[in-house]
Amino acid sequence: MKTQQERENGTLKTYSLGLILCVALTLGAFYLVSEKLFSPTILIGVILFLALIQAAVQLVLFLHLGFEGKPHWNLTVFLFMLLVLVIFVFGSIWIMYSLNYRMM
Amino acid sequence: MSHIDVFHDPHKTYFGFWTYLMTDCILFSILFATYIVLKDGTFGGPTSKDLFDLPFALTETLLLLASSFTSGLAMLDALKGNTKGMFAWFALTFLLGASFLGMELTEFSRFVHEGNSWERSAFLSAFFTLVATHGFHITMGLIWMVVLLVPVFLHGLNGEYIKRLTCFRMFWHFLDVVWIFIFTVVYLTGTIL
Repeated sequence: MKTQQERENGTLKTYSLGLILCVALTLGAFYLVSEKLFSPTILIGVILFLALIQAAVQLVLFLHLGFEGKPHWNLTVFLFMLLVLVIFVFGSIWIMYSLNYRMM
Repeated sequence: MSHIDVFHDPHKTYFGFWTYLMTDCILFSILFATYIVLKDGTFGGPTSKDLFDLPFALTETLLLLASSFTSGLAMLDALKGNTKGMFAWFALTFLLGASFLGMELTEFSRFVHEGNSWERSAFLSAFFTLVATHGFHITMGLIWMVVLLVPVFLHGLNGEYIKRLTCFRMFWHFLDVVWIFIFTVVYLTGTIL
């Protein structure tokens, strides 16, 4: 049974697992791109997916997100940030793509 | 004690610091959106395919990842009261972080010497703004690490220092999370498209 301190600060085990997963995901993405295994569109989808997994791994195993006691304020702020981020990034791409399309 | 110690619970500090990191993430998200929108605005200059050196960027990525890992191990030692181990891991963290920064500056100076500075095109303005903002955070992080460790060296570890170092560890992990997306969106995607 893990203590609360171990849950909040991690252990050698969780850190090592995080490092191994992150190195594997980074090298995997690098290999896929340098060998050009798929068409560009699929390739970008795949490496973005790998990046999201790696971010999740680091958030859980390095930053210990979700291991705090109730109420989960850290997680709440994180999810709200994610909402704002998605609106900014995808909103900007959508608007500029539409603008380029209409000005052609 | 006669007064109420409102700073007694370090979790309030961690929550406040986490909230800062989330706002910093929004700053980065805007720079990412700008970069994605302006990526093809090369104005007749070099494209991302001409400029980026993927193995170089991979080495930077692995250096920063290792640095993030060792900062975590440093804090594990700090919590056990193993000051020596903590200093050794933080020294390694600093070296890896400084090597990362050195590589980034080498890349920047190569681009500038080839005539491809931030003034060359919208693509390069966006590239330098995004990557150098991350680099600026790394620079501040390296300075902050030294500033935090000097008092620990002089007075030894205590709860207050652990609290500050934990905030630093969160900052350092956060910068690596941002770098995953710089590596993917800027370098990997830049080599494909």
